[in-house]
Amino acid sequence: MTTETAPVHTPPVHAPSIHALGQELDIAEAWHKQGRDVAIATVVETWGSAPRPTGSHLVIDAEGNFEGSVSGGCVEGAVIADAMDVLATGKPRMLEFGVADETAWQVGLSCGGRIRVYVERLG
Amino acid sequence: MDIAALAELNAARHERRAAILLTDIAGGAGRVILESHGETGELGDIVERAFRSGRSGLYALEGGEVFLNVHVPAPRIAVIGAVHISQALAGIAAIAGYDLRVIDPRTAFATPERFAGIDLAAEWPQDELAKRPLDAFTALVAVTHDPKIDDFPIAQALRTGCFYVGALGSRKTHAKRVDRLEAEGLSAAQIARIHAPIGLDIAAANPMEIAVAIMAEVIDAYRRRPIGAPASAAEAQAAGA
Repeated sequence: MTTETAPVHTPPVHAPSIHALGQELDIAEAWHKQGRDVAIATVVETWGSAPRPTGSHLVIDAEGNFEGSVSGGCVEGAVIADAMDVLATGKPRMLEFGVADETAWQVGLSCGGRIRVYVERLG
Repeated sequence: MDIAALAELNAARHERRAAILLTDIAGGAGRVILESHGETGELGDIVERAFRSGRSGLYALEGGEVFLNVHVPAPRIAVIGAVHISQALAGIAAIAGYDLRVIDPRTAFATPERFAGIDLAAEWPQDELAKRPLDAFTALVAVTHDPKIDDFPIAQALRTGCFYVGALGSRKTHAKRVDRLEAEGLSAAQIARIHAPIGLDIAAANPMEIAVAIMAEVIDAYRRRPIGAPASAAEAQAAGA
């Protein structure tokens, strides 16, 4: 199977239902079976108007391909960069972000929100 | 995350079993906890609450910080009988967030006109449930009044361990049903799990109100389902233990 170049990421228009959570875990397992190095980022804590719920995943491979989202598009770039280090060292890492994006405005919370994202290597 | 833990979690998700992935934040080790878990103490309490609420979260334990990622299947309702109650229940279930389907072999009842937009099968339950089986996260609501149609799915739901089994009918009707199910080889504890007469007692006086009473009883059964004990706990609870 060929590895495609990093797709353009389109943030979801609306958060998928809670029942749709976890699809990224199937992708992570499939990628691992293909022999790719995979990092999993998980929203472990949220404050305020965080756009993605606790438990949301972003899966990343060593080429920078990724699926899912932890913030609806705000901080994915930073998470992917950290995931590269986690893949290299094998050591998990906890990241924290403030989020003050359009979603926060739309729901009337201009203060935005904060999220903590745990990044670990699948192995 | 350990690949074996991820594979176990994904298998549970695909089979519509509830599972929690517990991650030790400091070390990165993960393991899967199922609803029939043997966790005790502080972690046992946390795990039970997490399964019941379906909410993921971070917890500070004595041994360090852990993250519980909770995966609980979307609850479903299988209704036997394309009757007036089922029409009302379909609307209420959608509002409450339960996926609902209706099964009735009587083609005069199970018409697309009467159930527009509803998942409807004009089939015998034996055939339909062979194609799309019941599971622990499905409620079985039997409302045809006809033993030829209701009995099989009720027995199937009890054997499967559906979180809720309800059947329409008076106490007299139910007494006869109990005799038939006993003859089918179901245990007293299994049969005691049937909610009959169906629905919370809110003195419901018409099909719409009965549908509300059924929905409330289904939600109650779902939120209070036995967690953290062997499967037989469901029977023990139903038997009044």
